[in-house]
Amino acid sequence: MSRTHVTTTVNGERREFLCEPQQSLLDVLRDELQLTGTKEGCATGDCGACSVMLDDRLVCSCLVLGVEAEAKSIDTIEGIATDEGLHPLQEKFLEHAALQCGVCTPGFIVAAKALLDQNPDPDEQQIRYWLAGNLCRCTGYDKIIRAVQDAAQTMRGEAS
Amino acid sequence: MSEALDTREYKVIGSRVVRPDGIDKVTGRAAFGADLNLPGMLLGVVLRSPHAHARIKSIDTSKAQAMDGVYAVITGADFPNASETEDPALSANVMAREKVLYHGHAVAAVAATSMAIANAAAAAIEVDYEPLKPVLSLDEAMADGATIIDEQLRTAGADEASDTPTNVAQFMRLDRGDVEQGFAEADVIVEGEFATPTVHQGYIEPHACVATINEGGQANVWCSTQGHFDVRSLAAKVLKINVADLRVTASEIGGGFGGKTTIYLEPVAIVMSGKARRPVKMTMTREEVFRASGPASATKSRIKIGAKSDGTLTAMQAWIGYEAGAFPGGPLAPGLMCVFAPYNAPNFLIEGVDVLVNKPKVAAYRAPGAPQAMYAGECMMDELARKLKIDPIDLRILNAVEEGSTATYGPKFKAIGFKACLEAAKAHPNYTRQLAEGEGRGIAAGFWFNAGMQSSAEVHVNENGTVTVIEGNPDIGGSRASMALMAAEELGIPYEQIRVIVADTESAGYTNVTGGSRVTFATGMAVIQASRDIITQLKERAAATWGIEEELVEWEDGHAVPKPGVNADVQPLSLADIAGNAGRTGGPILGRASLNARGAGPGFSVNLADVKIDRETGKVDVTRFTAIQDAGKAIHPSYVEGQMQGGAAQGIGWALNEEYIYDADGVMENAGFLDYRVPVASDLPMIDTQIIEIPNPTHPYGVRGVGETPIVAPLAAVANAVRDATGIRISELPLSPPRVLEALDAAEE
Ligand code: FES
Ligand code: FES
Repeated sequence: MSRTHVTTTVNGERREFLCEPQQSLLDVLRDELQLTGTKEGCATGDCGACSVMLDDRLVCSCLVLGVEAEAKSIDTIEGIATDEGLHPLQEKFLEHAALQCGVCTPGFIVAAKALLDQNPDPDEQQIRYWLAGNLCRCTGYDKIIRAVQDAAQTMRGEAS
Repeated sequence: MSEALDTREYKVIGSRVVRPDGIDKVTGRAAFGADLNLPGMLLGVVLRSPHAHARIKSIDTSKAQAMDGVYAVITGADFPNASETEDPALSANVMAREKVLYHGHAVAAVAATSMAIANAAAAAIEVDYEPLKPVLSLDEAMADGATIIDEQLRTAGADEASDTPTNVAQFMRLDRGDVEQGFAEADVIVEGEFATPTVHQGYIEPHACVATINEGGQANVWCSTQGHFDVRSLAAKVLKINVADLRVTASEIGGGFGGKTTIYLEPVAIVMSGKARRPVKMTMTREEVFRASGPASATKSRIKIGAKSDGTLTAMQAWIGYEAGAFPGGPLAPGLMCVFAPYNAPNFLIEGVDVLVNKPKVAAYRAPGAPQAMYAGECMMDELARKLKIDPIDLRILNAVEEGSTATYGPKFKAIGFKACLEAAKAHPNYTRQLAEGEGRGIAAGFWFNAGMQSSAEVHVNENGTVTVIEGNPDIGGSRASMALMAAEELGIPYEQIRVIVADTESAGYTNVTGGSRVTFATGMAVIQASRDIITQLKERAAATWGIEEELVEWEDGHAVPKPGVNADVQPLSLADIAGNAGRTGGPILGRASLNARGAGPGFSVNLADVKIDRETGKVDVTRFTAIQDAGKAIHPSYVEGQMQGGAAQGIGWALNEEYIYDADGVMENAGFLDYRVPVASDLPMIDTQIIEIPNPTHPYGVRGVGETPIVAPLAAVANAVRDATGIRISELPLSPPRVLEALDAAEE
């Protein structure tokens, strides 16, 4: 099978890989680039565990082909903490115990960050609908919603 | 085992610390089942049966074998004979032999250099089947002249042994008193029939493993499991190998809820690794998880309850049938033991059956058997309260078991929190909150036994006085934090100075599964005992340093101190002081404990659900949900609340949406998260929790298990709320829009 050469930017770094035509971006991230923080829960676009940013748009990486990453910019869970430390969402997920098994957590954090980057003050319903594409089977979502609300407050510079 | 209850004020127990494995889980570093890649690793796939019931006439793998990049192609013939293993059903479930027993049953497997090649090779395997009539429901399976799934099967536990082939794997009965007499004494009798569908645990991480085996037969397995010691013993049985030749490492686990307490892929990957002489990784697709892992039993049940006009129960009767799937082993016994467990009934008769059908072999799902049984039982308690015109909580308080009551399943209860939960529910503002037009409110009780079982723990003191705890339970929901809290409490050192390692089968002492709500209780007890072992040694070291008798040393707030009045001029020695000097006082300090924990305190809960019904579409929305549960002692309250909230969400899904939908040939039609719809964030409200703490007298801190009880009550709480809102009792789950709409329409006619 002939493999396509793809040049892309992942978490701000230039990366190149060879990819089969049917390989998803999720498979490429996990298997070719060894970025296993992005998870596979379904591979059919129904669980959100594979959420990444593609040119600043939230996507299910299992529904994007690897070859589509050419000349695009991808941000994954591995790129969310910075030299300054954890992102407020990461801090608040820990503080609120918003993860039990933690397999959904990378997807939730990527998706919630995409929400807060465009709407710094979402109400509970907006958070619930935005995150409706991310399945969590452990928490019942309560603590996840609270963690996102609290992180938003911190990011707005308000005391929680 | 019983130890005096600690009544001291806790320093760290009960605080909401950040879990030790947290940062790795919010940054993507934590390695789950599918996250390990080894050099030279192959990828394996399973070829699965397209029939729900068929005889395998022949399998031709030659085309697959010949393909480039294919390193192993295996079938049932590559495994030891199922009937010669210690667990023939497990073996035949891992890989079919003469017959396939459900759609999705494994018939062959391939390992190749890429998924594309592995899939193409699997598709090139030719299997010749003789299709048989599938048996797809309890009624069909038990009907006269039913197709027999296993000719060798006879009913276990039957009153009269019979040599007739049957699909009924087991009959069971629990009874006390004279139930006919009890009904004769009743002023009021209610009766009903109920049904629940096959549902799945729905863990987000599919099953995954990586296996390697060398030429000497020594294997390493990395996998997502609730119990790596069980993977070791089960895989050793299927493969007839020595457990000592099998080292199993548990990856981080992305949910299990009971579904990851058995094995599917692991022996297959080991056999293929042996053939290919390379590591083999296998992962299930979501579709395979639905079709070929172990969902929870569908049930049918009949309940009859009699009471005096003041509400006192006189008789309780139940019959519950569980679908086992293709092999015996549905959760019949726990279901029957739970159904009326919360109540004092002078007379009861509880019967049930475990029945084979051509569906995947069921596995444990959180309080296995109890949600289905108590859904039916608690719906009928609701009907009884309505008929008697008694508040449903008052009816339950009147008949509730308490300390000293004899459980329907035999033993006498020690201290339990059922009445405390009922009283908390009655006093809860959500119980008296005004309902909006069209809303309804339901209440239900939940019960689960909780397990103890075997656990081991080691506590290592590092040279600077920090501590490493080594244990053997995969951390599925924050248990490392609970273990560290308990060790910190005992040792009197800060939580942050403790690390907790979940070690592999060659590095940790034998430990049973992360299941049965047992980890904080039983493994926690091992951690407490191992910490106490350390304290004894620390006191010895201090005594040696000071040149005094050991009995004259006490351990206080992380320091060795002389008893009052003894050698008052010596300075207290901290854990760090003693650790730093360990080389001169006898060498490294290592504590350990292993135990078989008994006396897991039973868990009770009460749930309140408010629902709103869209009369146009039949859609039910849960508008408010309150979970109240006795945790004995909450070591980490956030993770206890999390269990209560997560169980509530799963129970709400079971009540409202989730079901396996089969076609007439026994093929599941909704094997994906799009059509098997688990609750999403926008489906649910915040879930209010109230933790009750009635200490379990057999645990040093009073802990009782909390993980399973939360899923038991929501089914009936939601169903009772729908009954309240509509005036109609719909006796089959899920209460999905079409079913509710049909009931509403029928009631209007
Ligand atoms: S893995 Fe992509 S949405 Fe589930
Ligand atoms: S924490 Fe387990 S799926 Fe969300």
